[in-house]
Amino acid sequence: MANADVVVIGGGLHGCSAALHLARAGASVIVLEKDHVARHASGVNAGGVRRLGRDFAEVPLSAASLELWHRIEELVDDDCGFEAVGQVKVAEDDAALATMRARSERLRAMGFDHEEIIGRDELREWLPSVAPHCVGGVACRRDGAALPFRTTMAFKRKAQSLGVEFHEGTRAHSVERRDGVWRVQSSDGVFAGASLVNAAGAWAGEIARQMGEPVPMEATALMLMITAPAAPFVKPVVGVQGRPLSFKQYANGTIMIGGGQRGRADLETNRTYLDYRRLALNAQTAADLFPRMAHADIVRAWAGIEGMMPDGIPVISASGTQDRAWHAFGFSAHGFQLGPIVGSMVADLVTHGTTALPVAPFSIGRFASRA
Amino acid sequence: MSDIRDEYDVAVIGAGPAGMAAASLCARARMSTVLFDEQPAPGGQIYRGITRSPFSDRSILGPDYWAGEPVAREFAASGAQYVPRATVWSLTPEREVGVSIAGEGAQLLQAKHVVIATGALERPFPIPGWTLPGVMTAGAAQTMLKSSGIVPSGHTVLAGTGPLLWLLAWQLLRTGASIDAILDTTARESRARANAHLASFVLSPYLMKGLKLLREVRRRVRVINDVTAVEAQGEGRVQTVAYVCASSAMPVQLPVDNLLLHQGVVPNVNLAMSVGIEHRWDGEQLAFVPVLTPFGGTSVPGIYIAGDGGGIAGAQAAGWRGILSASDIVHAVHPQAAKRAAATAQAALKRFTRGRRFLDAYYRPAAQFRQPAGDTIVCRCEEVTARQIVDTVALGCPGPNQMKSFLRCGMGPCQGRLCGLTVTELIARQRNVSPQEVGYYRLRPPVKPITIAELAALPKDEAAVKAVVRI
Repeated sequence: MANADVVVIGGGLHGCSAALHLARAGASVIVLEKDHVARHASGVNAGGVRRLGRDFAEVPLSAASLELWHRIEELVDDDCGFEAVGQVKVAEDDAALATMRARSERLRAMGFDHEEIIGRDELREWLPSVAPHCVGGVACRRDGAALPFRTTMAFKRKAQSLGVEFHEGTRAHSVERRDGVWRVQSSDGVFAGASLVNAAGAWAGEIARQMGEPVPMEATALMLMITAPAAPFVKPVVGVQGRPLSFKQYANGTIMIGGGQRGRADLETNRTYLDYRRLALNAQTAADLFPRMAHADIVRAWAGIEGMMPDGIPVISASGTQDRAWHAFGFSAHGFQLGPIVGSMVADLVTHGTTALPVAPFSIGRFASRA
Repeated sequence: MSDIRDEYDVAVIGAGPAGMAAASLCARARMSTVLFDEQPAPGGQIYRGITRSPFSDRSILGPDYWAGEPVAREFAASGAQYVPRATVWSLTPEREVGVSIAGEGAQLLQAKHVVIATGALERPFPIPGWTLPGVMTAGAAQTMLKSSGIVPSGHTVLAGTGPLLWLLAWQLLRTGASIDAILDTTARESRARANAHLASFVLSPYLMKGLKLLREVRRRVRVINDVTAVEAQGEGRVQTVAYVCASSAMPVQLPVDNLLLHQGVVPNVNLAMSVGIEHRWDGEQLAFVPVLTPFGGTSVPGIYIAGDGGGIAGAQAAGWRGILSASDIVHAVHPQAAKRAAATAQAALKRFTRGRRFLDAYYRPAAQFRQPAGDTIVCRCEEVTARQIVDTVALGCPGPNQMKSFLRCGMGPCQGRLCGLTVTELIARQRNVSPQEVGYYRLRPPVKPITIAELAALPKDEAAVKAVVRI
């Protein structure tokens, strides 16, 4: 039986980040990953590093995380492919722009000024080939994008260098706390730790259920597609008000189009199934915003398995039923940017029982009456 | 406009011998049958352009080619709907087919049964310099010959192994083209191992034909045997080919304008794998092949694979395998006729698969031509070298899908068709495990590119329009 101060279930970005921050705080850590690190949503997501448009509860976390992103190399010895190219959300009509304006003012009142309203002309400075009907938008200058697989691997490597033990291909079957020790039965024997962190992504619901606090999480396969290379024409990551879209051109010219459209996920086999009646919506949106995209060839599409919460924000929380257990899951298609800070919050929670950031809205207790 | 319906009893993909035969039988049984073909006219690779050949002299392409004529004629008469220039880019386990028709856009349709008859493609032949202009596959050269009557001009060298290499040489000679040399990479050990299967090969229909063709080519072309290394060299395009053979330890150089490479064909598995159909590594054919019932049924109900896509067995066998799959499909409506067709096909298949193991063993490509080393490019789309792959395995990368994440290999427009087997074999060798354990790229639709406009024009999931996910 292997022992550590903390056993982390899940080798995605959040599990790796929690392990890294815990190791920095001096804890011995074991990470159990049923497949390989970065296999699912963490390794294949759109890579957006975005404060723009976040749920108000997430804004303080997202703002703190962005500061870590701008110093990511100090944290993990790798730039993670992060580039602060900006994020722009397009308004297709005046009503959309008014919604953005109201939101931006509310953020200001909260003390955050990163969502900057831009008019028709400024939008075209950001996006010279945007369609004529677009009236403006909102921009976050210091936002950008990174490479998800490289990022998650960098967190893993750095954690490893600080002594974290990774067990890949090791599936956690059951968790149980006995005599003050967490025991995780796995496909590769028993792992024991004083503390337990459930960062099992789309598979975290089962762990929570075993801990006596089931959650209404839905596993889904978020779809993305990518085109053949084209001459560079857009720098920032682009979204649009009221329609799901994440649009980004890479340095090699290829254009990634996503936006949270759901395919089907099979949690047993890890297989994902794409739904072209839904990807068609993303294609339509991309062509509406950038008419030149109509003739671009889509050469590949894929999906990553992710856990969605009904209220669209994650669970970052101490267990409501068990001692010395914490959750960080259900990031609902926008967890990548939060990775650096949530790991640090989890480490603070595990080692000090508290964190400086407002974590209450993410309590697992919010589902207690409903589930 | 191709008048594509929303639903069919049978959708067949590919108009080679297997696809045409399967579609003909289903249509004759009065099942609504559509055949989608990427080419402008039926024939597939082997009978390419059979209904519109540029050659009036039938001796150029030979009798094996013209054997496709009655097959195409029967297909045309069968009542099956033929849709040319149609690319199937998606197939779901529920048999929804996504197809894109040149000049007409994309569509989704539902089929009760699907026959995948997408045939074979050439095994990657990753030698130093294989990406230089002027180097192409023998199959590509044959495509130009069959569809347009184009033959390579200047110094032409063929290199590799396998029946198609010799057939192309024979066909080129028939057009009057000259071939400077054939570098035969057939390995001595393979030839020795093949002898175990000689008895059945002697009885096969391939023997006499093959010998005659080989003799004619050898009489007219300089053939260099036991070639153990080949390299294409040149600035901007290929200018010389260097080789090493048993009779000279030092590399020999030949001037060349066209270097035509070939080392056999393997099942084209991309569409089948994207559906999730179960495949296994075939250690004789050195490729992944789908796991099939005797009728070509797959692990996904209602989806069949006929022809070389189910394992390489050649054109004649492909036609009978098409009949076999179709007989299983029509069995529900015409049990008696289906049984008769199946019995005939099974008997014929026995004949045409005889001798196959000898050919597989004899023309088994040598390891050094399947598992390149050093700076030789493996993934052409993303320019990933053999050394990078080997080094990444050493870093702990266990399989092709992780390799994609590390090196982007297999992520270009070809979707791994030109590097998949090489990557699997290199990883397997480095890890000292079987290719079966290493596995293959995870493939998903679109298996062929589709434009944004085509995709945007598809019917949309209205529920998804309303349920905007906050990301």
